[in-house]
Amino acid sequence: MTDRPILVTGACGRLGKRLVRALHRTSSVVGVDRRAFDDKPADVVHEQLDVRRKKLKDVFRAHRPRAVVHLGIMHDPRASAAEHHSWNVSGFAKLLEYVAQFEVPKLIVLSSANVYGPQPDNPQFLSEDAPLLGGARFSEIRDLVEVDILAQSFFWKEPRTETVILRPVHILGTVRNAASNFLRLNPIPTLLGFDPMIQVIQEQDVVSAIVRALEPQVRGVFNVAGPDPMPLSHAVRILGKAALPVPYTLGKLAMRRLWSLRLTSFPAPELDHIRFVCMVDDKRARELLGFRPQVPLAQTVLSVLEETWNG
Amino acid sequence: MERSLTIKSARKVGGLLHALVKTAKHGVDEFMTDRLGEEFNARLARVPLALGTASVDPFGLDPDWTKYALASVAVLHRHYFRTQVFGAENVPQKRVLFVANHSGQIPIDGALIGASLFMDVEPPRFVRAMVEKWSQTLPFVSLLFSRVGQVVGVPENAKRLLEREEALLVFPEGSRGIAKTFDQRYKLTDFGLGFMRLAMETNTPIVPVAVIGAEEQYVSVKNLASLAKVLRMPSFPLIPQMLLPMGFMPLPVRYRIYFGEPMRFAGDPDDEDSVIEEKVARVRSTVQAMVHRGVRERESVFF
Repeated sequence: MTDRPILVTGACGRLGKRLVRALHRTSSVVGVDRRAFDDKPADVVHEQLDVRRKKLKDVFRAHRPRAVVHLGIMHDPRASAAEHHSWNVSGFAKLLEYVAQFEVPKLIVLSSANVYGPQPDNPQFLSEDAPLLGGARFSEIRDLVEVDILAQSFFWKEPRTETVILRPVHILGTVRNAASNFLRLNPIPTLLGFDPMIQVIQEQDVVSAIVRALEPQVRGVFNVAGPDPMPLSHAVRILGKAALPVPYTLGKLAMRRLWSLRLTSFPAPELDHIRFVCMVDDKRARELLGFRPQVPLAQTVLSVLEETWNG
Repeated sequence: MERSLTIKSARKVGGLLHALVKTAKHGVDEFMTDRLGEEFNARLARVPLALGTASVDPFGLDPDWTKYALASVAVLHRHYFRTQVFGAENVPQKRVLFVANHSGQIPIDGALIGASLFMDVEPPRFVRAMVEKWSQTLPFVSLLFSRVGQVVGVPENAKRLLEREEALLVFPEGSRGIAKTFDQRYKLTDFGLGFMRLAMETNTPIVPVAVIGAEEQYVSVKNLASLAKVLRMPSFPLIPQMLLPMGFMPLPVRYRIYFGEPMRFAGDPDDEDSVIEEKVARVRSTVQAMVHRGVRERESVFF
């Protein structure tokens, strides 16, 4: 059993590499990514391929993984909607097919707390059974919602596989996601008269949550939160940056304009994230996973400024 | 180049604003101590709070903001409305749900109950109330509400606050109560049922609260309900005093706030409406009796 590896999709992303490094000391690891894995640890097998290819099946057949960790979700806001959808949803559907066919005992899907979506009538802390409204205004996140829902139906259809869906809050660190990129801006644009409470988590804490979810018997949906929530302005203060408050209507217009000129990677509906609350209740993860974030708040926020983070 | 210039000038303006706010804060601090006494600051230190790393609570309450909000309300409470508080000893120290009559066209009653719980109750509390969800779409308003502890009115938030041993204020009459015309004064309208299910689910004592005085602050002769509907407002009161100079100010009535003995309810919070209604009726009649007594006992509306 122990010689069966853990298969990690999206292994060459910054989070993927961190996870692979955390896993390879205690288990064999197979990375799958269409990018090349430079500075790969020697004992890690890397399969450079597109998850939509038939070849993925050979990888399952050859390695017989004991667990699959799916991080391979494309966030590139510049890729076309069709490319996005085919990669994220069709690719994931293929992956699920193989997980079922080769009876992989464990599947971990990294979703996101963004699937709930920022709404003016959100409860301060959303539990796992809150509706996934993230796609209502913000079409780019519909893929992610679809992936999450596919994983949920897989949970019921294939009881032999322990399916775990992790919904972490904004991941900060060396990762190149919207939240980290946003905090790298200087000055940081904010919306005049809005300062919502936000939750963030350091990428290393996400890795430890995934490691905990790999334990046998763990299954289900888990919100994963980092240290205490804070107002957005507090993050700006920690970074020692200036905030540039913009009226909402002006901000929305400017973002549409910049987006159509390809001058920004933030689509206009993302503004709701710095306008409304989208925070989660992580009680389940604390109780059932025994997960506690280790990186303190200030360090979590500051880690976006570092190229390599060794906290 | 141009960009850095804009940023520089933006920073300069920011710096100026910051200095201005600092001076203003200092002025307000002095005024507060002057008007409300050293006692005000001593009370602040005694408020039980559970703050996170970012010195706000999980709902965004910032004691620094709340201090200024409370100070301005407290000045009204002491010097404009000269509020009298009765039954302060009835307020439990832990989780509590205040159920009050609602009146006065604008919710000054809520603000003054909040000021009373800070100024006249031991230990002083920051009361939490629920706000309409559309307020979250308003710039500055949503920010202010969140920093002074007002949360979006959804059941999950209420439950979480009580589980954190907070003091929560609700007006089960809602907008029906606050928009009452003068001839209906001190007659309670129907109560919603939500608060009772909440109290039973979280095992929270209910403290009935009667507010006397608010009904006379604005004398509304009629509520134009159909016009309000067109304008998408909760009500459209006709208030003749508005025609007078400074008529937008509420009349300087004297507020009297009565805190009743805590009421506890056991049972299944998911029980049928008829069962819950009977319990709600008990709370409603208690509040109504307290209101009647308060009106009877006062000798003057203004003194």
